[in-house]
Amino acid sequence: MIVSNMEIIPGKRIKEHLGLVQGSTVRTKHVGRDIMASFKNMFGGELRGYTELLHESREEAINRMKQQAEAIGANAVLNVRFSTSSVTQGAAELFAYGTAVVME
Amino acid sequence: MYDLIVLAIFLALGYFFGRYYETRHYKSIIRRETEYRHIAAIASRIPPDGQTAATTTLVSGNVVISVDYFKRFLASLRSLIGGKVVSYESLLDRARREAILRMKQRANELGANKVFNIKLETASISKNARGNIGSVEVLAYGTAFVPVDTPA
Repeated sequence: MIVSNMEIIPGKRIKEHLGLVQGSTVRTKHVGRDIMASFKNMFGGELRGYTELLHESREEAINRMKQQAEAIGANAVLNVRFSTSSVTQGAAELFAYGTAVVME
Repeated sequence: MYDLIVLAIFLALGYFFGRYYETRHYKSIIRRETEYRHIAAIASRIPPDGQTAATTTLVSGNVVISVDYFKRFLASLRSLIGGKVVSYESLLDRARREAILRMKQRANELGANKVFNIKLETASISKNARGNIGSVEVLAYGTAFVPVDTPA
């Protein structure tokens, strides 16, 4: 499964377009990380807990997108985009979408 | 009275720790930017003709970074009179450069020498009670090209 945010893959031809596939996950941080983050808010610097959390969540969103693409018989997802939206205070939705295609 | 003392302590802590972390971070950014200079980060959507690759992989780098108490205080003062908020400019600059570096680091692990179609996305993660930007997340992503025949 090729995942790329470009519209074409050089040297490969697209045989069939299968339409949009998407994956999303809503995550919230736990209290311990929140407390650590509020300390860091005082001193500045990187909030490692949040960085990891968001990274893991995006991987999850990509995995769900890949699963959807596999289910409809695609072997690549092109033109992938990410989007983040905060649903409520402290919870974020991470969303990945792209075009499922069949490559030769 | 006690409130003022507490505020002063917070401001001083924020100032010294914030400055320490920022200086250290900038040093590390500049060092790693030289280290990963061989990986070209290109924002164009489509690679030039004749560009063939064995594998293309999505690579991304993200960072959540927070501003310190002192700078947040300065920014809230600045919002009274308006104008350039320097304290947040450096925050966003650091976040973007760090995110791009992490993306390049992942590309480097894969053996890629080019990353095409780079997109940057910024999101403010936690808004504090007064509605200021507490911390921002920057995500950088692109398609890494691993060359077919790596020169021996």
